[in-house]
Amino acid sequence: MINDNSPYFNPEYECLSREEIEQLQLERLQKTVRHCMNSPFYKKRFEEMHLKPEDIKTLADIRKLPFTTKQDLRDTYPFGIASVPLRQCVRLHSSSGTTGNPTVILHTQKDLDEWANQVARNLWMVGLRPDDVFQNSSGYGMFTGGLGFQYGAEKLGMLTVPAAAGNSLRQIKFITDFGTTALHAVPSYVTRLYEVMQANGVDPRKDTKLKVLAIGAEPHSEEQRQRIEQMLGVKAYNSFGMSEMCGPGVGFECQEQNGLHFWEDYYIVEIVDPETLEPVPDGEIGEMVLTTLCREAMPLLRYRTRDLTRVLGRTCPCGRNHVRLDRMRGRSDDMIVLRGVNIFPIQIEKILMQFPELASNYLITLTTDDDNDNMTVVVELEELFTDDFQRLMDLEKRIKHALKDEILLTPHIKLVPKGSLPVSEGKAVRVVDKRKVYQ
Amino acid sequence: MTIKQLSIFIENKSGTLIKVLDKLSKAGIQIIASTVADTKDFGIYRVLCDKPLQAYLLLKEEGINIQLTDVIALSIDDTPGMAAQAVNKISLSGVNILYLYSFLWKGRGVLVFRTDDNDKAIEVITLNKMTALSEIDFNV
Repeated sequence: MINDNSPYFNPEYECLSREEIEQLQLERLQKTVRHCMNSPFYKKRFEEMHLKPEDIKTLADIRKLPFTTKQDLRDTYPFGIASVPLRQCVRLHSSSGTTGNPTVILHTQKDLDEWANQVARNLWMVGLRPDDVFQNSSGYGMFTGGLGFQYGAEKLGMLTVPAAAGNSLRQIKFITDFGTTALHAVPSYVTRLYEVMQANGVDPRKDTKLKVLAIGAEPHSEEQRQRIEQMLGVKAYNSFGMSEMCGPGVGFECQEQNGLHFWEDYYIVEIVDPETLEPVPDGEIGEMVLTTLCREAMPLLRYRTRDLTRVLGRTCPCGRNHVRLDRMRGRSDDMIVLRGVNIFPIQIEKILMQFPELASNYLITLTTDDDNDNMTVVVELEELFTDDFQRLMDLEKRIKHALKDEILLTPHIKLVPKGSLPVSEGKAVRVVDKRKVYQ
Repeated sequence: MTIKQLSIFIENKSGTLIKVLDKLSKAGIQIIASTVADTKDFGIYRVLCDKPLQAYLLLKEEGINIQLTDVIALSIDDTPGMAAQAVNKISLSGVNILYLYSFLWKGRGVLVFRTDDNDKAIEVITLNKMTALSEIDFNV
């Protein structure tokens, strides 16, 4: 067991020099590519490209490898990308698949152990130790933020409270009764908890032992982070995860709070121009492309995350030389991330089209109101079928409920006359993002 | 007897009402009475005018969300208590009034309203010997 005084959970990996990291990456990449030949999907793709695992001789040769997209995961649904027989897999996480086939990610026991190790490494990095009490207010089940943090926090050795999402009063009771020192939640939920604490006379600085927050899964600005830190009197660290890579654990801020360390012993990080797919220089914003280096069940080569970010640096005063990336700056596709939920505009469109009362134009507006991120869907009325207010408001309500069933969030609905929304020439603008993080 | 009212769906934002009024004025439509009811987001502009069908077709052609709605225009004495009396009789019959507005026309009061059962409301009006106006009564 690591000594509590050690700043590192995996000192042998966290403190590698750049040269050592790159050597390790090359060795692991070669192994991964060979292993991928057990995947029917990659085997076929390599054959089509006349590519052999032996062609990867240097780290730069990664550019010879094909990209993998979310569409590839859908096309091979459910198990077509796997590089091991199902018998060796012990866990499956799946997306909801509302925009087509869901995406399925498989894990062997070793994959789960490595995943837990990454999360434990992150939590240790921000000062958590086995004496701490970790409360996870993230959804459990298919959402990887639940089980991901659970196993990671347990691996570190903390008392871990699987509070799951929602029921703020109960969350606060857990925090005060169990002496919770660290909490994981989406930033908008932290704000909500604070409001409920205030309404119930709980002073987070006096009545709780909270000191560390892990926040992630939805875009937030530096300003929002600082506000959360001031509200609760804690340090809040930005967490990055995506189910395709395992879940949370992929990247995390160290105590410098100057970018997220992405673990380069587990992943190769490329930042590319989303149009040309050519690499962009450090400091420039591009799409993050990740290659897994330790996965058994489902290694992914050059997976296009669609998240936009940039390299801030490759060294850090904390002693870790794993690349530091900026907080996510947006998406190179039209996916919306709101309160930890991923939404594609096409999902909303599909529902709206089921209402004959509505015209085909619509606009999704995202705003930050009093620290909460909200979605308003503006829809046009096709025909005034009634002049009874009640029936018009019922229509708004029906649209709201139908959308909630689809996207799992309740948007505001704004009914406007036909022709009120701007008609764009060329590609229609469907989403206006006025949230603070993008300003 | 019911009459045709224009019900126009408008956005609750400056400049939307004038667009509609402009078009009516250019077409020489005479407004007899009108009222706006609104929620936070949208409103309905209700108009009694001299040529409802012509106005309806004109605005419809412009792509405006509009409906011709059957409403009752009840003529009452312009003295205190008359509106209460009329509404009371309709309510007693179990008919629900969805909205109501009023104005003065040639020295008499006019109550304009839509109900959830206009036929039954007209029956009550006839039985009680009250007068529902027809479109011809508003010809200028």
